[in-house]
Amino acid sequence: MKLDAKIPGGPLQQKWSDYLNDIKLVSPANKRKFEIIVVGTGLAGASVAATLAELGYRVLAFCYQDSSRRAHSISAQGGINAAKNYPNDGDSVWRLFYDTIKGGDFRSREANVYRLAEVSNSIIDQCVAQGVPFAREYGGGLANRSFGGALVSRTFYARGQTGQQLLLGAYAALMRQVAAGQVELHPRCEMLDLVVADGRARGIVTRRLETGQIETWSAHAVLLASGGYGNAFYLSTNAKGCNATAAWRAYKRGAGFANPCFTQIHPTCIPRSGDYQSKLTLMSESLRNDGRVWVPARKGDRRDPGDIPEAERDYYLERMYPTFGNLVPRDVASRAAKRMCDDGHGVGPSGQGVYLDFAAAIERLGEQAVRERYGNLFEMYERITGEDPYRVPMRIYPAVHYTMGGLWVDYNLMSTIPGLFVLGEANFSDHGANRLGASALMQGLADGYFIAPFTLGHYLAGEKPPALDTSHPAFADARRQVEERIGRLLGIGGPHSVDHFHRRLGAILWDKCGMGRRGEGLEQAIGEIRGLREEFWKQVRVPGGAEGLNPELEKAGRVADFLELGELMCRDALERRESCGGHFREEYQTEEGEALRDDANFTHAAVWEYRGDDQEPARHAEPLNLEVVKPSQRSYK
Amino acid sequence: MKLTLHIWRQRDRGDRGRFVTYRLDDVSPHMSFLEMLDVLNEQLVGRGEEPVAFDHDCREGICGACGVVINGLPHGGFPGTTTCQLHMRHFQDGDEITVEPWRSKAFPVIKDLVVDRSALDRIAQAGGFISVRTGSAPEANSVPGPKEAADLAMDAAECIGCGACVAACPNGAAMLFTAAKISHLGLLPQGQPERERRARNMVSAMQREGFGACTNYRECEAACPKRISINFIARMNRDFLKASLLHGRERGGKRQAR
Ligand SMILES: Cc1cc2nc3c(=O)[nH]c(=O)nc-3n(C[C@H](O)[C@H](O)[C@H](O)COP(=O)(O)OP(=O)(O)OC[C@H]3O[C@@H](n4cnc5c(N)ncnc54)[C@H](O)[C@@H]3O)c2cc1C
Ligand code: FES
Repeated sequence: MKLDAKIPGGPLQQKWSDYLNDIKLVSPANKRKFEIIVVGTGLAGASVAATLAELGYRVLAFCYQDSSRRAHSISAQGGINAAKNYPNDGDSVWRLFYDTIKGGDFRSREANVYRLAEVSNSIIDQCVAQGVPFAREYGGGLANRSFGGALVSRTFYARGQTGQQLLLGAYAALMRQVAAGQVELHPRCEMLDLVVADGRARGIVTRRLETGQIETWSAHAVLLASGGYGNAFYLSTNAKGCNATAAWRAYKRGAGFANPCFTQIHPTCIPRSGDYQSKLTLMSESLRNDGRVWVPARKGDRRDPGDIPEAERDYYLERMYPTFGNLVPRDVASRAAKRMCDDGHGVGPSGQGVYLDFAAAIERLGEQAVRERYGNLFEMYERITGEDPYRVPMRIYPAVHYTMGGLWVDYNLMSTIPGLFVLGEANFSDHGANRLGASALMQGLADGYFIAPFTLGHYLAGEKPPALDTSHPAFADARRQVEERIGRLLGIGGPHSVDHFHRRLGAILWDKCGMGRRGEGLEQAIGEIRGLREEFWKQVRVPGGAEGLNPELEKAGRVADFLELGELMCRDALERRESCGGHFREEYQTEEGEALRDDANFTHAAVWEYRGDDQEPARHAEPLNLEVVKPSQRSYK
Repeated sequence: MKLTLHIWRQRDRGDRGRFVTYRLDDVSPHMSFLEMLDVLNEQLVGRGEEPVAFDHDCREGICGACGVVINGLPHGGFPGTTTCQLHMRHFQDGDEITVEPWRSKAFPVIKDLVVDRSALDRIAQAGGFISVRTGSAPEANSVPGPKEAADLAMDAAECIGCGACVAACPNGAAMLFTAAKISHLGLLPQGQPERERRARNMVSAMQREGFGACTNYRECEAACPKRISINFIARMNRDFLKASLLHGRERGGKRQAR
């Protein structure tokens, strides 16, 4: 597997503008001749589909929900970063770049991250012009707030529904192109395989979820914007349908998978309440702006929070990290919460929780101001727990939230399969070993509005992929494999439901490849997952048939893929013998319990190559030649 | 707690459908309504029966995928709550609960509790956007937006497109859904150039899709999980009326002699 990141030469600040000046362009008349498949209609998918269509390409877009507006991006709450420096607090493109690299614990590519910071401001302009109702100040200008890992206020937001509003903006742009006949949209249509013909990505195989019809689609290029794989853990803050199938099929067709062990555990989620629990709910990180995190100073203190006097509380983040306090990055905050609970300070019925307290904020700002900032989040909390956070501190605990790993892409966002581009959370590109809050929305829209439309054009103009349709044998071949797999799943008829296996996989990953990882544990996990996978293929029961709407069959296919990906996550975690960002190997920590990187040996992206079901995958490395930033021990003290 | 569920089962679009009764023991008050259905489904799978199909995704009240009629009321009728956010603590041991799909001519049932809401997307396609080219936007703060208008626009923009308003309306109208988008965009300076055209096109699309007319039952507002105000419908009607009056002029550039 050849890993050429294709980073343009020249100084960091010049790379993207020089690149834009140099790339090949597709003539308007030729754009019409190119068909582009976009899988996913989240922020990345909707924005790229709309933009490509507007440029004149013919676009085919797919999503599994009944409407493209329901992609998981819709649930992002807190905000989106940009280097506008409206608050005049010293922000700049450089600082956003630096914070993002540092937040990622120096495990991302400088050139990509700099470009991301550079285009961030255009995203805000674009979204405002589309009618995204960002929060404003009385003077009519846009308002900002701060987020973890930064000392400036650079986050734009629309109440607690920023993802919703940004996605509806991109959805609107997409609807406009559907109406114009430039985009053919296929909702309730799941990609089940990638078609690689003559060494290039040339199409996909899909299943229509309502009828079960299997179809093949050809195109000049395929863009995956299919989101992250956090649901491998079963319980996560992701939507129930989020899955790795599109990315995993691409991996099995030859696309490198980078850093699968880099997963993010978010510190502020509502603790789980029972075995029936189907998902976990995030309480936006923005709450840490005004909420104070604490636990009882005495172990096993079971008193009501209101009965614990100030002096007997441990505001541990403020104590351990006086500079950043409650606003330390997510990985740091999550690990600290785990440590507190492991040491017996946890609160709530399970002891797996810490307090997030707004009493001080309510006293300082008044209840009304707090309501204005976080009203909908408080309401959400109350609805789930039955407790009123204006009176009683919230209880929170970390939960799986985001995946920094994903399909490897070069500077053009192209994977190791020519013609396969990967955007948004599905790629591995910009967040290194830990993503800062409000950066995923920024990255998804950067990829979709401002990067892929140019890099794709450059590919098409340069490579001129020949016309090809679904009569190429690769299509029939992929289709047959998809049909066989569905037939196999339906034919097992074992005693256990799909969720039964998914829950067990989740438990293994959470215990052994979650907030803390150890070599032995990971080795065990690999064995356990293999066993579980074998059991799945013998014992799962998928009711119903291949035709018609069959949600159990949909789940079964996704879980089968998670059962393979889960193993790769553990393998990657095992091989990365250092701690960095969200990847915390307990063997590698400083005396104070902070992540201990090994820059000499691991300043690289690990890229996995599939070599067949009966062979171990190969691990390759893309060295991250950090030229501008100097990796330092990340300190938020 | 123990519950008796009467659930609508329908094989596909062509099937006539019927209620089937299920009994469920051991329902925890902390479960969400959908988790309760998960538990039922897991039991059905265990018994070799087909589970109940229902739409869902985010399970936190924002994607708009979920939505069933519970005891006659969309999303169960609890203020500001989607089906996925409804917790079983609102029910009591021994309750009987009827669960049906959205009922509306414009939303054909696909299977069990799943309906086809693509008509809402087609209304959006008719004009629910501001036509701005990627990359052509002016600097964001160059167009100041009064905070009050932005806040009001946001109130409308919160619509999740679940379709509860349609399911609640005795006429099966999609007025609240359409009005929310027209108002959201029409309240912002950026939305002005296309304001009339948008109102005209979206309202026409709504009529084409077979949604009913509004006769002020106000059921939509009561059912809306995002508490979107019916005042937006009045705003839409104003825009639509103005658009209809202006229509002749716009077409010809000059008032046409007829
Ligand atoms: C609760 C929550 C809150 C968040 N808050 C923030 C925040 O405040 N700020 C921030 O920056 N980030 C936030 N994030 C992260 C951010 O929302 C996501 O990383 C981002 O939205 C992902 O966008 P995407 O376009 O890559 O993918 P998604 O929005 O996940 O979209 C994936 C798309 O792919 C489609 N798809 C997937 N598989 C298939 C298949 N096999 N076939 C066909 N279609 C398929 C889906 O239908 C969907 O349309 C949050 C995440 C969560 C879970
Ligand atoms: S599942 Fe998304 S709103 Fe209920």
